[in-house]
Amino acid sequence: MFQVRIHGRGGQGVVTGAEMMSIAAFMGGRHAQAFPSFGSERTGAPVVAFCRMDDKEIRLREPIMQPDAIIIQDPTLLHQVDVFGGLKKDGYILINTTKSFAEMGLEDFVKDFQPDHLLTVPATELAMKHVGRPVPNVPLLGAFAALGGLISLDAVLHAIGEKFSGAVAKGNQAAAREAYEIVMQQEKRAEERSEETDHA
Amino acid sequence: MLEQCEGSHAVAKAVALSRPEVICAYPISPQTHIVEGLGEMVKAGDLKPCEFINVESEFAALSVAIGSSAAGARSYTATASQGLLFMAEAVYNASGLGLPIVMTVANRAIGAPINIWNDHTDSMSMRDAGWLQLFAETNQEALDLHIQAFKIAEELSLPVMVCMDGFILTHAYERVDMPSQEQVDKFLPPYEPRQVLDPNDPVTIGAMVGPEAFTEVRYLAHAKQMQALDLIPQIATEFKAQFGRDSGGLIKTYLTEDADTIVIALGSVLGTIKDTVDGLRALGHKVGVLGITSYRPFPINAIRDATVRAERIVVIEKCFAVGIGGIVSRDVRSAVRNRPQPVYTVVAGLGGRAITQDAVHKLLLQSFTDKLDLLTFLDLDWDIVNRVLEREKVKRRSGPVAEGVLRDIGTVAAGSV
Repeated sequence: MFQVRIHGRGGQGVVTGAEMMSIAAFMGGRHAQAFPSFGSERTGAPVVAFCRMDDKEIRLREPIMQPDAIIIQDPTLLHQVDVFGGLKKDGYILINTTKSFAEMGLEDFVKDFQPDHLLTVPATELAMKHVGRPVPNVPLLGAFAALGGLISLDAVLHAIGEKFSGAVAKGNQAAAREAYEIVMQQEKRAEERSEETDHA
Repeated sequence: MLEQCEGSHAVAKAVALSRPEVICAYPISPQTHIVEGLGEMVKAGDLKPCEFINVESEFAALSVAIGSSAAGARSYTATASQGLLFMAEAVYNASGLGLPIVMTVANRAIGAPINIWNDHTDSMSMRDAGWLQLFAETNQEALDLHIQAFKIAEELSLPVMVCMDGFILTHAYERVDMPSQEQVDKFLPPYEPRQVLDPNDPVTIGAMVGPEAFTEVRYLAHAKQMQALDLIPQIATEFKAQFGRDSGGLIKTYLTEDADTIVIALGSVLGTIKDTVDGLRALGHKVGVLGITSYRPFPINAIRDATVRAERIVVIEKCFAVGIGGIVSRDVRSAVRNRPQPVYTVVAGLGGRAITQDAVHKLLLQSFTDKLDLLTFLDLDWDIVNRVLEREKVKRRSGPVAEGVLRDIGTVAAGSV
């Protein structure tokens, strides 16, 4: 089972992001379960949503306390909420930001993580560019599709089509594609760097 | 056809496939998405003939359903929590009059303190109101139970409450196998009422009954629920023949045959318990799970038979009768009366507190050596409780309890006095 926890704020499409991830996993033939951290929804308040994926039926209903991946839709949460709580050392971190992990003050925290498991993507900027609204959930989903191959970009594009229609769907699909490409480039660079280290 | 969707959406579609003719509801979390979905289908003309009636309260919602059901229309409504309490008088009337209404209860706690999260206190408050109560473990089962519920209700001329965990199921996206209209039509024939308000053949429904016959009318209500003990498994068998799935029935068992310890629960927590039991089995513990699908009627014989070999029973329930303890466990005790097995009551998951695998694992380990108290509150924070009790001892004007607790644990919104 692979477990993802998404942190963001009310209005950023955190819950919809988890739901679309589950649709994309379903498209890939997997069992998937997405659910929000049920609270009183308010714009701007910290929100958490979860997605589990597995090759067999998912029966577990507890919140995800030891995720395999964390997606952070809003980096201002880093110093407000324990976003990394329970994250496994071989887990993935994907943050919506234009800064590096060092610039966010996370260098020490992430030093034991695998470099190709640490990703950033300017999801808000991509959403503004393609959709015209600062809703980073879909670009982050596109970026996630580039990580580890759990869900495919095609499945993400399909999930977007199930949730949205017309220009909004098209814009979101373009944003997801661009985020996917950005992460593929980052992954490639991380790979080259680790190869250089191997040779050194 | 398989689809990945929200539990509320799955239920709305299942209700629509059952061809209701009148839907009336008042929105309340976490039921809202179900009736919103149905409202959209009626408005778009995807569900016809069907009238969606907006009402001003839950009391009106069920009252309209009583009227439309008495007039011969297949009628549906949905509610939760305070909404169910607000319609309480009509809840008893619907069953007393023998009207086969189907109602979803998206289970949620009851205030005060106000709490929108999941537990079973709402439907448990109506357990003796004469409705059948079926509890869903998954969204697939919630979907399936609604289709079965119309058939059971109309066969018996009694209302059925389909209970599904609020948020945990209603707001969860998971895979469901959505039947076709053709399949549902084959399973569920059009509504043939036993009683109907028909101007061409007038009857009175709702007569006053005095001491000369009230006991008999009430006994007949009980007799009908006893008939349901046979009908519910029969409908589940018919359902399997049509749809190829095990859904519904009175109880379901998981690894109980050789179990020394049997855990009994209702609803979505069964999944977490099954995963925990798999872990304990791997460690060599003989433990199994019994899920109660039909809480009313209560399947005394089925539970008695399924637990005959067990040394102990642990009932994990998301409800609690203040002043005595368990609700489900009291019913379970009546099922295993005259047997030496202890029946432990574990109150868990109140007001949305997560029931974790870890907590259930530790709890069951304790139960194996009979070290559990007869009444346990899972994950209860004694520090919080004791602080309040201490404060009340030393200070007469100790203030409101809920606000005091929130201040103690540092919840910002509580402010200070």
